[in-house]
Amino acid sequence: MFYADFGSDLLTMLSGLKWSVIIALIAIVAGYPIGLLLALGVRHSNAILHGVCITIVEIGRGAPALVILYLVYYGLPKFGLSMPSIVAACVGLAFNSAAYASEMMRGGIQSVARGQTEAANALGLKGSATFWKVIFPQGMRSATPALMGLAIQTFQGTSLAYAIAVPELMKQAYTLGGENFMYLRTFILAGIVYAVIAVPATWITSYFERRMAKKF
Amino acid sequence: MLDAFLAVLKGLPYSLLLTASAFVIGAIVAVPLALGLRSGIGPVRWLLRLIVDLVRGVPIIVWLFILKFGIQFGHWHFTALNAAIVGLSLVSAAYLAEIFRGGILAVPAGQVEAAHALGIKRAPAFARIIAPQAFRISLPSIATYLIGLFKDTSIASTIIVAEMVFQAQSFARQNPSLVGIWPYIWAGAIYIVVSIPVAMWSRRVDARLQEAK
Repeated sequence: MFYADFGSDLLTMLSGLKWSVIIALIAIVAGYPIGLLLALGVRHSNAILHGVCITIVEIGRGAPALVILYLVYYGLPKFGLSMPSIVAACVGLAFNSAAYASEMMRGGIQSVARGQTEAANALGLKGSATFWKVIFPQGMRSATPALMGLAIQTFQGTSLAYAIAVPELMKQAYTLGGENFMYLRTFILAGIVYAVIAVPATWITSYFERRMAKKF
Repeated sequence: MLDAFLAVLKGLPYSLLLTASAFVIGAIVAVPLALGLRSGIGPVRWLLRLIVDLVRGVPIIVWLFILKFGIQFGHWHFTALNAAIVGLSLVSAAYLAEIFRGGILAVPAGQVEAAHALGIKRAPAFARIIAPQAFRISLPSIATYLIGLFKDTSIASTIIVAEMVFQAQSFARQNPSLVGIWPYIWAGAIYIVVSIPVAMWSRRVDARLQEAK
């Protein structure tokens, strides 16, 4: 797999990888807290808040990430909200991951045994203290493997930012392929760069999954 | 607005075709993969684990580009549609293998032991006792994956398959005024609407399985 231009090709890809990682990190750091707010909104007893939040979540999960990216990048400028492609990628992927994260967090919170609420009540804890000190931490704990998996998905999803001309890994590979016409080795190298990050991350995630499954 | 809807709708058959073919091919390939992932022979298990994780670890768009632009024998190369079908089948085989494996794992060990105690051999025990239960357990995950696959077919637009997102793009390019945003909204809406029946069915199956526990 080593060839004459291997080193310079790899460097070009790594300069793209830098953007892939930055976009993924921003999408996660912005998306997960928004996901938490959405999860709380979906659980809220106020029907309007519930309805608004679940609609946002269902759109974010139901529409393909690529469509969301196009909507943000080509759609929002029509309403006077134009942004550079990198920002659009961050916004689109953050929205996407927020929607997925909210369902994972909601699932985690829901999976906490009812006895925990009853026990907290019996101990005289108030409703909000019961939620934040007893239910929420346990819920987040069981949502952790899924959220780690989502982080990997988000990282892989940054490859779609290629379609809105973000100079990320895939875009760099495509440009490189257009220059040297060695598409096969160029895209395989790009794939290896993605896999070198995503595969070990998957192994770490499944390690956590197994460890947590054992505990109960 | 209606024009945009009709333009995007033209791509729906391709999206459905891609989903159906990738799902069927993927499911067929996934069965031996899932069995191999549970193989008693260490090296077989490790090799398949590596392959499955590698396939899942590389983004779909990379697979599609490798197949569409990278593979060539003489004058022969994949058409965009075939590259998309092969790429999406490959990825769905890896994901479905993982889902099937999880389903097999979730069948209570007592079932194997009972079959064994009744003198049923390994192969028929698996085919007639374990596999059907594993399939039932996997159904909600399979349905969720099917919806995900349907959405992932949108990535085929990047190698110019005339599915919905591609249609949306070409309509938007021809109508660069405010109209240009409609095809994307319609595309998103169609993805969601088509997914709803599968999601509802999956939820019902899931609820029934929870009851059965």
